[in-house]
Amino acid sequence: MFEIAIAPADDRGAKFRPVTQDSPLARYALIVTAVLFLALFLLAPLAIVFVEAFSKGIAPFLAAFDDPDALAAIRLTLLVAALAVPANLVFGLAASWSIAKFSFPGKSILVTLIDLPFSVSPVVAGLVYVLVFGGQGLFGPWLAAHGVQIIFAVPGIVLATIFVTFPFVARELIPLMQEQGKVEEEAALTLGASGFKTFLTVTLPNIKWGLLYGVLLCNARAMGEFGAVSVVSGHIRGLTNTIPLQVEILYNEYNNVAAFALAVLLAGLALVTLGLKTFLEWRHADALAGRARRH
Amino acid sequence: MSENLQKRLGLGILGGLVALMMLASAHSQAGQTFLNVSYDPTRELYKAINPAFVADWKAKTGETVEIQASHGGSGAQARAVIEGLNADVVTLALAADIDAIVTKSGKIPPDWQKRRPNNSSPYTSTIVFLVRKGNPKAIKDWDDLAKPGVAVITPNPKTSGGARWNYLAAWGYGLKKFNGDEAKTKDFVKAIYKNAPVLDTGARGSTITFAQRGIGDVLLAWENEAFLALKEFGADKFEIVTPPQSILAEPPVAVVDANADAKGNRQLAEAYLDFLYSPPAQAIIARNFYRPVHPEYAAKDDIKKFAKIDFITVDKTFGGWAAAQKKHFADGGIFDEIQKQELTR
Repeated sequence: MFEIAIAPADDRGAKFRPVTQDSPLARYALIVTAVLFLALFLLAPLAIVFVEAFSKGIAPFLAAFDDPDALAAIRLTLLVAALAVPANLVFGLAASWSIAKFSFPGKSILVTLIDLPFSVSPVVAGLVYVLVFGGQGLFGPWLAAHGVQIIFAVPGIVLATIFVTFPFVARELIPLMQEQGKVEEEAALTLGASGFKTFLTVTLPNIKWGLLYGVLLCNARAMGEFGAVSVVSGHIRGLTNTIPLQVEILYNEYNNVAAFALAVLLAGLALVTLGLKTFLEWRHADALAGRARRH
Repeated sequence: MSENLQKRLGLGILGGLVALMMLASAHSQAGQTFLNVSYDPTRELYKAINPAFVADWKAKTGETVEIQASHGGSGAQARAVIEGLNADVVTLALAADIDAIVTKSGKIPPDWQKRRPNNSSPYTSTIVFLVRKGNPKAIKDWDDLAKPGVAVITPNPKTSGGARWNYLAAWGYGLKKFNGDEAKTKDFVKAIYKNAPVLDTGARGSTITFAQRGIGDVLLAWENEAFLALKEFGADKFEIVTPPQSILAEPPVAVVDANADAKGNRQLAEAYLDFLYSPPAQAIIARNFYRPVHPEYAAKDDIKKFAKIDFITVDKTFGGWAAAQKKHFADGGIFDEIQKQELTR
């Protein structure tokens, strides 16, 4: 592949004048401030999670994962992510496709709606589902009469998670697809390829890294979501508690080691996501160009 | 490239679906079971009672049941049952919360509290003070909580059942001290809440604030929470101060008729609540620091821990929970007035 970065290579040897002429003192002061801030508010708390989890040694840490409720929480979290992420993958693809490749009335409204979950508090997201599907809600009595349980059961948790993670894939793809335009797809179509084949052989390879990036972020949030899930969960042990809810329960039961052991699992997931994300940015910077422009 | 990609995509989707189905089936194995929706501090209690009941039920009927538990602030749990949380039984902190389920959802009949002995409370508790070792602020009675410079930890009566018992216990003490003068009592209770630096949403949250985060001089706590904190954190860190007068807290239990009938769990639900009054359960209750209604079934050492207290009751002092709720905790009630004056100060 040919995606070798061109721009920075020339700059290195040449003597260039920085646009801003801050004194070295100011520069170091700024850098130290930023590093200290990060260390104090990000790294230290993260380190404490690990310290607490292993505070009584490795055996109690491992024992935390031997608990049926903890295993149920892990299973449920995986199930929820496995349902919510593909749903938002399909939705994100469809939305960004239509927004980037067509023009239609109300397009800007659709873009705004996609961003809605970013601006709405997750608690509100949860309450909305309670109002719609709850016993006193819009469809609640009808659902109850037909024996369908949505709130305080797995479907409600999946719905709330989908709501909260709605924008991640679409937000990643829209600028990328807009930048790429529709020239290549038009070429494929004029050469006789079917719509689906065009998508698989032209569009998908073009956006695959951006798509993966969006899915990663979506997945991290889906597994870590607390607020919205807490509202619709019902907190039934071993049945409707996800990992974040289980962490809170264990902490409130004075079971610090187990609480932080599960927290380590979540933190580990976040670190893996961060690693993959950094790798993608480094390896496929040009394929993620749409992103770079946005930030 | 294209066919390869298609193949890989297909394989990926197939693999994902298989994994999903396995997860889903593993999940649904739990099946239709039995759910007890309870309040915050009973986590340890029901963790001990449930296996005993399961064994008892198995011995009597040969059936194996799985008991599920959900814990949270009493008011929030009642709200969840109203919204459709599929509880077979509720075991909450106070009658008003079960009354809310009655009036807002109709899933429990209005006469629920007469269905079981002792106002449907298989155990009682009270409100005591937890102080730091050596009692550095010399807190002995409710008067000491209103003194300037004493930081009092108690949860928010708007969301926590235990907090409402705390509030009413203080109010009852004030009424006695000022011979029924409500204005003076209100000033007294206000002085206590002025000393509260935080109001957590639940009783367990307040315990964590006091014991783990080290905030405050005294925690107004359920007696069982206070003993549990001693057990968890060591008797060398805290001590329990029992005020001469406090309130008799009666956490009630009820079958949620509509849910239990719909799930075919009626018999099981009735048996579960009856079991709470039985000798083995009463012994477990005492061991978990709740006062059993049948102390004769409990171990003597467990009973000895409970100090003699002069109890007031909600029925006698406040005319029942419905009246107390309306006068003190409803929107615009006395607690709201106390808080508002606090803010405008």
